Amino acid sequence: MSAERGSPVRADGEERLLTGWGRTAPTRARVESPTVPAEVAAILGRPPIRGAIARGLGRSYGDAAQNAGGTVISMRALSAPADLDPVTGRVRVGAGTSLGELIAAVLPQGWYPAVVPGTQYVTIGGAIASDVHGKNHHRDGSFCDHVHAIELAVPSGARLALTPDGPNADAFWATAGGMGLTGVTLSAELQLRPVASARMRVDTTRTRDLEESMGVLREADATAQYTVAWVDLLARGGALGRGVVTAGAHAGADEIAAVGDGVDVPPNRRIASVPGVPGRSGVLHPTAMRLFNELYFRRAPSDSHRGLEPIWGYFFPLDVIGDWNRLYGRAGMLQHQFVIPDAATARLIPMVERLVATGVPVYLAVLKRLRDGRGPIAFPLLGWTLALDIPAGAPGLAAALDRLDDEVADCGGRVYLAKDARLRPDLVATMYPRLPEWRAVRDRLDPGAVMRSDLDRRLSLVASPPRT
Amino acid sequence: MRDALGRVQSVLLVGGSSEIGLAILRRLPRADAAVVCLAGPDRPEMERVAEALRAEGVGRVEIVDFDACDLGDQTAVVDAAFTDEPDVVIVATGYLGDQATAEQDPAAAARIVDINFRGLVPVLMGSVQRLRAQGHGTLVVMSTVAGERPRVANYVYGAAKAGLDALTRGLTASLAGSGVTVVIVRPGFVRTRMTTHLKPAPFATTPDKVAEAVAAAIPRGSRIIWVPGVLRWVMLVLRHLPESLFRRLPG
Ligand SMILES: Cc1cc2nc3c(=O)[nH]c(=O)nc-3n(C[C@H](O)[C@H](O)[C@H](O)COP(=O)(O)OP(=O)(O)OC[C@H]3O[C@@H](n4cnc5c(N)ncnc54)[C@H](O)[C@@H]3O)c2cc1C
Ligand SMILES: NC(=O)c1ccc[n+]([C@@H]2O[C@H](COP(=O)([O-])OP(=O)(O)OC[C@H]3O[C@@H](n4cnc5c(N)ncnc54)[C@H](OP(=O)(O)O)[C@@H]3O)[C@@H](O)[C@H]2O)c1
Repeated sequence: MSAERGSPVRADGEERLLTGWGRTAPTRARVESPTVPAEVAAILGRPPIRGAIARGLGRSYGDAAQNAGGTVISMRALSAPADLDPVTGRVRVGAGTSLGELIAAVLPQGWYPAVVPGTQYVTIGGAIASDVHGKNHHRDGSFCDHVHAIELAVPSGARLALTPDGPNADAFWATAGGMGLTGVTLSAELQLRPVASARMRVDTTRTRDLEESMGVLREADATAQYTVAWVDLLARGGALGRGVVTAGAHAGADEIAAVGDGVDVPPNRRIASVPGVPGRSGVLHPTAMRLFNELYFRRAPSDSHRGLEPIWGYFFPLDVIGDWNRLYGRAGMLQHQFVIPDAATARLIPMVERLVATGVPVYLAVLKRLRDGRGPIAFPLLGWTLALDIPAGAPGLAAALDRLDDEVADCGGRVYLAKDARLRPDLVATMYPRLPEWRAVRDRLDPGAVMRSDLDRRLSLVASPPRT
Repeated sequence: MRDALGRVQSVLLVGGSSEIGLAILRRLPRADAAVVCLAGPDRPEMERVAEALRAEGVGRVEIVDFDACDLGDQTAVVDAAFTDEPDVVIVATGYLGDQATAEQDPAAAARIVDINFRGLVPVLMGSVQRLRAQGHGTLVVMSTVAGERPRVANYVYGAAKAGLDALTRGLTASLAGSGVTVVIVRPGFVRTRMTTHLKPAPFATTPDKVAEAVAAAIPRGSRIIWVPGVLRWVMLVLRHLPESLFRRLPG
């Protein structure tokens, strides 16, 4: 099955084994693929014994869009074509629409989503449920900071219209980042940003170590709209955390005049797709990844450099390789993402050094600055976030990440639920101190605890009624 | 729910005092507040085990009375044992019995079959039904190489285990695509209280070695494992030896 199509549409549902993007901990669920909102209400209304959860494109890394023994509602067919007001940039979209599809529809008219994550293969519903952040979080906040309204189906059969500042604001913000556990988002109205081109002006700076990566990133944040640092955690000794910091902005019409294309450019094509890879640990290997990182690092100019890049490639560099997660083999991978507050800045480097000293191989690491989030279980807070790609079969991984979690929790930070596959349940309440507030709103929206997921079972997010 | 690194939150051990079963339980990567349910006939012994497990950091231990000689439907046992949605179910109930006695006393022979097979059928079937419904989990069943080819020394036990093994293989096949996996464990001679009175056979091993092999097998999906691993090949040969030769083998 090709990655972008998601699950096949079948009205009567089918039993399927599902995992997240990390391909760990498969569980079986009945997958229903509603094609109209009324079918969503019907599914929730029959309440399946082990509950139901919505699923978009399955790009959350862990078990957020799985529901063992229960029902999973594949939202891909609920993708009403984007209804754009070309004057204001407000757009109404079905929750199953992917960001890529939305961009393809609105970019030619000079509009672009206000926030995008690192892949175009996420749905609007998934972007809301994780309240995803992009390279512009330090400046523009998360996805839901640019959502005018969410249409939410709750298990009672009601369809609620939620707005960020209206009478239902608490339900809106419990749904934003609520991991699908407040109900099923049917559609949303988004505010897009006007763009004059389909290109990005990108300043690239190479850094020597983690400290310099942090410094350059912080500086870039002061002036640039989009920033991110790729850092090399396989580099040894003093070079640990050397990196490439990129600072981007949408290129103006004047800048692209020389290049000659406007907003009307086709999306980037897949250049390759990864077939099933035999073996548990796949084809990636620390030595090969160290070499890859070396090449990536060397490719960046040693002096700061400015260039124009196509918008798709800038935001979604990994999307040109289909099913790249298969490279990690049957054992799968984790993406571990955490954030620590600015007050703990001095602890970041020692934390990373301790993690690396355990021998756990971090194949890919991305550093970013975030600002405070708004929802009760929003991930972002003003500080540093690091996302680490690690093979799930790495020896000693459990203990190493547990230790890191303790430090993160201790300094008031947290782990990103959209990517989590292994957090210790006892840390959730510390990392998400407003969890009780979220639960209260959630319980009001879904008193029978129909909305359930593996993530929820593993971390006991939905706590009230007796567990099933 | 089991996490991406295989850490379990809830385990059911049928044979709640079994040395091998407990070794497996202790080897499983475990979440902090994990729950363990012990099912077996000897409550005082299981209370002692529970205390030890709690001291080792298990969050909560439940005890369920289960006697494999009770040939009823065992629904109540399975219901009670599944209260905490186990991520792993270990079936380690077993009884070697005495072959000589079994040959003299048909009731004694039947008892061996009851405890090793007949009395486990409702628990196995009921567990699989529950696991299937929950859409995830691993079933570990203690079989033995003694079930692969009956020997004069313990063929009643071997026959019962062969039945258990065959039933479990059938269940494994029926569970394809269900989210539930099954690990069938065929150890050789394991040094436990079950075998203290016997002379160790070739390739004798320990509960901890069995546990290590099981823990390594669980993340890899349904499979049959031999402990030690070489027994797989030994048994392959033994299964095909002519009877006259097989009978004369030592041990
Ligand atoms: C390569 C890659 C890069 C990424 N980069 C980033 C990044 O930069 N920033 C970031 O924040 N995240 C990032 N992510 C994570 C990803 O954006 C989120 O996990 C997102 O939620 C995935 O959307 P999805 O449609 O695939 O949802 P799924 O993974 O299918 O589901 C995720 C959650 O959304 C819920 N959900 C889905 N649809 C609905 C609906 N209609 N109604 C209610 N709930 C719903 C599910 O129940 C589940 O809890 C990245 C992921 C990948 C694979
Ligand atoms: N030891 C070996 O060499 C060997 C080799 C291959 C396979 N095995 C198998 O491995 C499993 C574990 O054996 P072990 O070596 O750990 O021996 P063990 O410690 O004696 O364990 C056997 C378990 O079965 C239970 N049991 C006995 N009679 C029962 C009954 N009537 N109803 C319910 N439970 C009963 C015992 O409970 P009580 O203590 O309360 O009686 C005990 O928990 C068994 O299935 C065994 O057949 C063992």
